[in-house]
Order: sequence, then structure tokens, then C-alpha cells
Amino acid sequence: MIITRRLVAGAFAALATLAAGAPPALAADEAAEKAPKVELVLDVSGSMNARDIDGQSRMDAAKQAFGEVIDATPEVVQLGIRTLGSEYPGEDKVIGCRDSKQLYPVGQVDRVTAKASVAHLKPTGWTPIGYALRAADKDLGNDGGTRRIVLITDGEDSCGKPDPCDVARELAAEGTHLTVDTLGLAHDDKTRRQLSCIAEATGGTYTSVQHTDQLSGRIKQLVKRAADPVEAPPRAVQGATGQCTNAPVLGAGIFTDREKFAEHRWYRVKVNPGQELRAAVSVSADRAVNPDYGVRLRAVSEKGQELVRGSDAGSGRTDVLSTGLRYPVAKQDKKSDGSRPDPETVCLEVANSFSAPDSVKREPGLPVELAVDLVKAPDNASDVAAFGLGRGWVLLGVLGGVGLLAGLIWGWLARWRVAVWRAN
Amino acid sequence: MRTTRVLGAALLAASALLLTPAAASADDATPTPSASASGGGSSESAAPTEAGTGFRTATAIQQGQKASATASTGDYLYWQFPAGAGQRATAKATVTLPEAKLRHGAATWQLDVFDGLRRRQACASGESTKRASETATTVTLTCTLRPVRQWAERWSNDPLPGAYYLRLTVADVPDQDLGLAARAEVEATAESAGGAHDGGGELGAPLHAQSVTEPEDGWTGGWFSDRWAWTLGGGALAALLGVGGYTLTRHPRRRWGARPPAAAQPPGQGYPDQRY
Repeated sequence: MIITRRLVAGAFAALATLAAGAPPALAADEAAEKAPKVELVLDVSGSMNARDIDGQSRMDAAKQAFGEVIDATPEVVQLGIRTLGSEYPGEDKVIGCRDSKQLYPVGQVDRVTAKASVAHLKPTGWTPIGYALRAADKDLGNDGGTRRIVLITDGEDSCGKPDPCDVARELAAEGTHLTVDTLGLAHDDKTRRQLSCIAEATGGTYTSVQHTDQLSGRIKQLVKRAADPVEAPPRAVQGATGQCTNAPVLGAGIFTDREKFAEHRWYRVKVNPGQELRAAVSVSADRAVNPDYGVRLRAVSEKGQELVRGSDAGSGRTDVLSTGLRYPVAKQDKKSDGSRPDPETVCLEVANSFSAPDSVKREPGLPVELAVDLVKAPDNASDVAAFGLGRGWVLLGVLGGVGLLAGLIWGWLARWRVAVWRAN
Repeated sequence: MRTTRVLGAALLAASALLLTPAAASADDATPTPSASASGGGSSESAAPTEAGTGFRTATAIQQGQKASATASTGDYLYWQFPAGAGQRATAKATVTLPEAKLRHGAATWQLDVFDGLRRRQACASGESTKRASETATTVTLTCTLRPVRQWAERWSNDPLPGAYYLRLTVADVPDQDLGLAARAEVEATAESAGGAHDGGGELGAPLHAQSVTEPEDGWTGGWFSDRWAWTLGGGALAALLGVGGYTLTRHPRRRWGARPPAAAQPPGQGYPDQRY
């Protein structure tokens, strides 16, 4: 039964593809067959000498964890290692703040050389996190696959400029699917705030490390996460800000965009008669935002009539605020000349009511993820009850009463007919 | 009606298979990413030990399967599970909090449920937000959805067949406690909501069901409903009462088919009701 239904669903999908004809202008069809890449960025600044992780020095804990992580790295993942503050022990800030070195290039891991490269590290210099992040982003390249930076540090950026949090947001805004996960070996407020900010800006996570096994376990988890297949690689698109008429035309797929505070973004989707448009949108809060916020997705006809809308609002801590809608287009007969009926153009408008304190940067806008799907749509309720069946004692009473009445009437009719017949 | 629809669908399927063998088989051959990530589709498969970090990476779980994940306080953990029409789904999450000696205060944990279109779903019952005291070791959150409907107006936010996302996170926590290790376990179960919720109509396709496996009773909940019993029972009752009503109109002595001994009667001296 289930198999039949799957087959039918598959066939419907095939038909829908056929019916859709040539793929629309933008369809997110590029499969991410590229190898996932991860770069571990390790802080080797002077403070890593502190012995406060299970009685070990932070550096030793990190080295031990790296050993375990390198052993456990899945085959598919290309791993690289970069250090910051490993070379220059001096006081010159200009030199110290450019001290970041690629220790092991991103690629298939050779476990022996990778481990050896880490073994000789000695806590030395400054903590140029922002500079190292930029360099790590370059190391990873951009071939469209999953990219992840795992930053392990015990302190905030000691260089100030560039602000690592701004760097992270800037890198994330380039639309190259970069995630930065941070692990803090020290637990002061400043470090935590900075590392949380970096993670938040890129959709990554922040971990406060208390034990050696937690450190290695978490890094392994993050490296493995890079290898996890994702549903579909999103595709960057730029929605029109003013109106629908010049908005990009989207097909089925997942798209990413950026939307500033109080901005509207428009997209268009062509829906064939007999298809249902399904759209879901998520707006991420990748920076500090005011506690109350909302998101709205509207489907609007080309003439400006609202067809359907979805909205959600929230308050407090959140990673993302999302909503969705569906819009079936009724089947139409073929035109008189035998050609297919024209598809209906539906405009999608994404709006948000996020706001932020004045100190927070407005640019680039908040990350928007738009998922568009077109499915076959026999969207009709013949009856709100299953197969039009009834239920309950009232139903029984009504049916029974009608039966009884019918029997009585039939009986009396029969008597009357016989009487009439006899009389004649 | 139903048979016609199935027949029609089968015909369509056959024609489509003939027309585009590649497309149809591709649908079966393409591995569903999250399903494979969670260890396959069979119910015997190992429970997932990782959670996703967003809607796109949400880990697929099956109904009744216990999934777990280690995480840092402040992470957003995502799972997705299937629910078919006529089911009342319940999500339950148990969080093992970080060591009490590392924590600085009470924390509020929250379990949110979204449908396949990422629309927030209301919890009809259950505690989906709970404040864990500073000394608590675990916190349990539950959320029972409204019964899933076969079909709903496009303007409505009613639960529909398809995937449901779970998001577990800490909603309010002292800043110093962010990043501490925590562990989460989730389980999604579903029970039949009963015939009272068996609706009509059908969706073209379940909402975002690419990654989750179809529930046992199918997305549409199967053809059986206790409405059949009520309606058939009502029909039978009506028929019986109909016969009863007809019988009532007959003469009492003829009512049960008892014929009078006609031979003993002289002709012309019948019963007064003989004319009937």
C-alpha cells in the first residue's frame, strides 16, 4: 500500500516536472558533491600556558584533543590546521597582530604529519582572532561545499582591529556557507561574549570547555557535523526591495538572501494550474536584537491582491524566526488552441520587524532562508468529514427516526391502496 | 469515489513511469539525507545521537524512537519527525543539565514545534517551557499538538500531514552558563485522535516529507474510521425501524402473519377487517 502510494507520489512528481516544462530561471539544483572542509584554528598565545584544565596546561589539553580529533576525522572531511600567535613573542603589536600561520593545509588528512605538526607548538604570542579568521576563510577556498571553522582560544582578541565579530559576520555575508564554531578555554565574561558573538554571527555554536574529554568530544562532534549531508545546498539570490515587478523568478529550491531591519524583499514564483506553492522563510537573528520581533511572508498576486500570508512573532533568545504558507492554484482546462494554460505568477514578500540597539551594526542585513516547493495539488475538501460519513447518537436518532417514519407511511399507503383497489 | 481516485492515480503512475522512467526511479533511488544520517529507515535502526543545528539539518527521527544529543547550553537543537492525518503527536524532551556546581542560576528551557512549512505549532497541552532551578539535574518538557488534519484551508495554521520540526534550546539563562555541556533526549510519539477527528479532503503531498519516513498508517491515516461503524449502524437501525413501522400499520392479528382459520368461516361472514 505504502509502496503504491510512493510510486504514485513519484509519478506525480515526474508529471509535475514534465508539466513545469523548462526549469525556471533560478532552480537550486547544484548538488553539493564537494568535500566538506574544516579548519581548526588554535590559539597558541602566551596565556595558553595556564594550567587549569583538569590539572593540564591549556596547550597540552588542546594538543591531546587534536590528536584524538585527527584520528577520528571522517574520510570525506578535508581538514586543515591554522595557528594564531605561535611565532612572534615580541611586543610589537603590528607584527604580533599578523601572527597567524597555516600549520597543515586543508586536504585529506595524513594522520602522522598532521599530529607531528601540532606536537612542537609552544604558547608564544598575541591573539589576532579577526586576522586568523580571515586567513582561515581563504584557506578553505570556496568551491560551494560545506565550510566550517573551529576556533579554539583562551582569550579575547588582543589586537582590537579588526573586531573578530564583525569579521565573522562579514565572512558569513559573503554567502559561502561558512560556519564558525568557537570553544573557549577561559571563562571570563569578555572572552565568552566575544566567542558567543562570533558563533552567533555565522550560525555556529559556542562551547565553554571545562574538561579535556569535553574539548576533544566537542571538536570531534563539530568535525563530524561538517560531514553530515544537508537536504539541499541553498543558493544565493537577491530579492527586489521595492516591488514585485522586477523581483527574481524562483523555482523549487532553497535560497538565501540578506534583509536589513524593516526591509521588504520580493521574489516571484510561477505556479502552473494544478500545482500548490509552498514557501517557508526563516530570518536569522545573527546579532544582538531587541527582545520583541516578528517575521511575515505574504503571497500576493501580480495585481497586488494578497492571496495568503504566514506570520510569527516572538520575544527573547532565538536563533531564527520562521513562517510559511501554501497556495494551491486550481486546475484549468487547456486553452482553445490546445496549449497549456498560463502559469500564475505569485509574488512572495518577506518582511521582518527585528530591531536592534543603536550600537549594533545594520549592515549586512539579517540572513534570510527561503524554501520554495511546488507540488501537485488536489487541494479540495469534498466534505469536512471523512468520506462524508457521520458519527454520534444524533445521527443514529435521525436515521432511526426517518426509517420508522418511512415504514409507517409505507404501511399506511399500502393499506389505503388495497382499500381503493377493493372498492373498485 | 476513492477507488476511482486510486485507479486514476495508478493510471497516472503507469503513464508517468512509461514516459519518464528516470525521473520516477530517481525518486526512489535518491537517498534521503537525514534519514541516512540517522541510520536508515527501519525501526530497528540505531537511534540518532546527534541533533541538527537548523531546519535544513534537522535530524530525522521516527515515531517512538528515542534520540539523544550532547550539546552546549545555548545551542539550538533540531529534530524532525513524521505525523500522519488523524494522529495526535506528543513530543517529549529531557535535558540533563550541566553540573550544578558550574551553574550560576536557574535556566528556562523551551521546546518549540514547527510544521513542515516552518510554521509554529501550538501545544494543545503539555509543558513546553519550564524553569529549572539552580540545583535541578534534569528538566522534562512536553508538547502535545492538536490532531493532525487531512486537509485544511490554506489560510489556516492547522496541523497537516508531513514532517514536524522540534527545536530545543535554553530560552533564558545567566550569561555565564552559556556554553556549558548539556545532554538532551527527545522522543516523539503519536496516538490516534479517534473518529471524531477523521476529516475529509486530501493534500497534494505531505508537508516537507523528503527526509522523514511515512508513519505506519500512511500520511492520510488509512481508509478506516469509526464513522463507518456509526453510519452503517445508523443505516441498519433505520432499516429495522422501517420494517417495524410498516408492521405497526398492519392489523394486530395479521401483524405477525397469523392467518385466521378461513375454512371454519361461512362465506360472507369474514372479519370486519377482511376488506383490507
